[in-house]
Amino acid sequence: MFENIGEIILLFWRTLLALPLAWRQRQKVFEQFFEIGNASLLMVCVLSFFIGAVIALQTGPVLVERSLSSAVGGVVGISIAKELAPVMMAILIAGRIGSAMAAEIGSMRVYQEIDALRTMNIDPIHYLVLPRMVAIAAALPMLVVFAILVGWFGGAVVADLNSHISIPFQAFFSDLRTIVQLKDVANGVFKSFCFALIIGAVSCHQGLATIGGPRGIGRSVTKAVVNSIVLIVIFDYVLTRLLLK
Amino acid sequence: MNDVTNNHSGVSLRVSDLRKSFNDEEVLRGIDFEVQPGEIFVIMGPSGSGKSVLLKHLIGLETPDEGEILINGESIQSPEIAAKYRMALVFQSGALLNSLTVGENVGLYLTEHRLKPPEEIARVVAEKLEAVGLKDTSDKMPNELSGGMKKRVAIARALVIEPQLILYDEPTSELDPLSAAVIGREIVKLKQRIHVTSLVVSHDRDLAFGIADRIAVINEGRILTIGTPEEVKQFNDPALQKFLHADFQHESP
Repeated sequence: MFENIGEIILLFWRTLLALPLAWRQRQKVFEQFFEIGNASLLMVCVLSFFIGAVIALQTGPVLVERSLSSAVGGVVGISIAKELAPVMMAILIAGRIGSAMAAEIGSMRVYQEIDALRTMNIDPIHYLVLPRMVAIAAALPMLVVFAILVGWFGGAVVADLNSHISIPFQAFFSDLRTIVQLKDVANGVFKSFCFALIIGAVSCHQGLATIGGPRGIGRSVTKAVVNSIVLIVIFDYVLTRLLLK
Repeated sequence: MNDVTNNHSGVSLRVSDLRKSFNDEEVLRGIDFEVQPGEIFVIMGPSGSGKSVLLKHLIGLETPDEGEILINGESIQSPEIAAKYRMALVFQSGALLNSLTVGENVGLYLTEHRLKPPEEIARVVAEKLEAVGLKDTSDKMPNELSGGMKKRVAIARALVIEPQLILYDEPTSELDPLSAAVIGREIVKLKQRIHVTSLVVSHDRDLAFGIADRIAVINEGRILTIGTPEEVKQFNDPALQKFLHADFQHESP
């Protein structure tokens, strides 16, 4: 993975330089955005609801037992907004969308479609990479905002219904509001934006670097997902450290 | 590409001492030939002789280790070459973009370079598809087409560029004899109609001798001979004669 970091950074840089052309590619950006956003929405809902629920279930009884029931909303709120929603959604999108990007571009490479683009003087970065990067960079933060809200809701439902916690719905959100600030949500959304760029760059690079036949495409898909997740976890620590103040 | 000249006549092509190795294996071992403007030049040879690698060098998809390729006397490595001359490659597989319709594939060059308004692009696409006998296929997806139709769509896509040099990679491979004959006729018709320089890479002997003005025979990365179809047939080389006369033989009972 690390031997390709230079190539991934170069691809990212060339995509950044092509950013003024994004408007021309708006139709493709919209198609990709729809694919990433709309098609992942149900999965995001289910995942984030249960993440919120399980965090409430794990922390609620412990805090209530120590007479810290007013902290349950805050703990669930902060952990979802700053950490769980951005990381879990990024991993979900790396598996669902990163793999699709690597497979599609990889198959275009193997079946000479990218060579055909080059012979027509069409830059594959402008035509294939740019729309995907722009779409994922816009869609993932939006999905994360949605995931945060659903996660909080999941936590509140469990806190209300579970007999070991029994914190009313309104009290949960009232406690959450006193602890969670807008900058905590912004923190999580910013992280997800960075993760989106990682997924886009790694997956598109892996697709463009595909060699061989169907087995090569399979290898690229696996590498795209695994490398994206590893980089997401590493960057999660780095970003958390940088955003700590 | 937007400033391309309106000159529709073909260009000359010169390849000098072209060498290329992959993993220490020399695939091209000093290739030399020249193609005149408007000529149909066929490079013929057995599979694995280096034909497709040579073709990728001619379109700029590969960089040679040694040697040079000149178009109208200018190096293909020159950054201005793409803006100055229009070149197109018809891939062996067609290499149509599977996510686009036939019409979108054919008009892709014009759409992406914003060379014409959408209505004009639709008109050009219809015209080019009709030229290759595929009227009314514009809305079909590539996976709905036969192998021969895909190749004709690929030719239509190349025609949209109004090329001065058109390269064909195994245009008749995987085709039945009738479809192969149609493709051969298309290549000749294009030469007559727009005087394009055509370079065809093929191991199809019937195609080569049927359409070529001149033929170069390549074997193991070297040119064995260059000449008119008649001259090539007369050339006395065991490897060439074996290639030209290879046939199925029945064992006597």
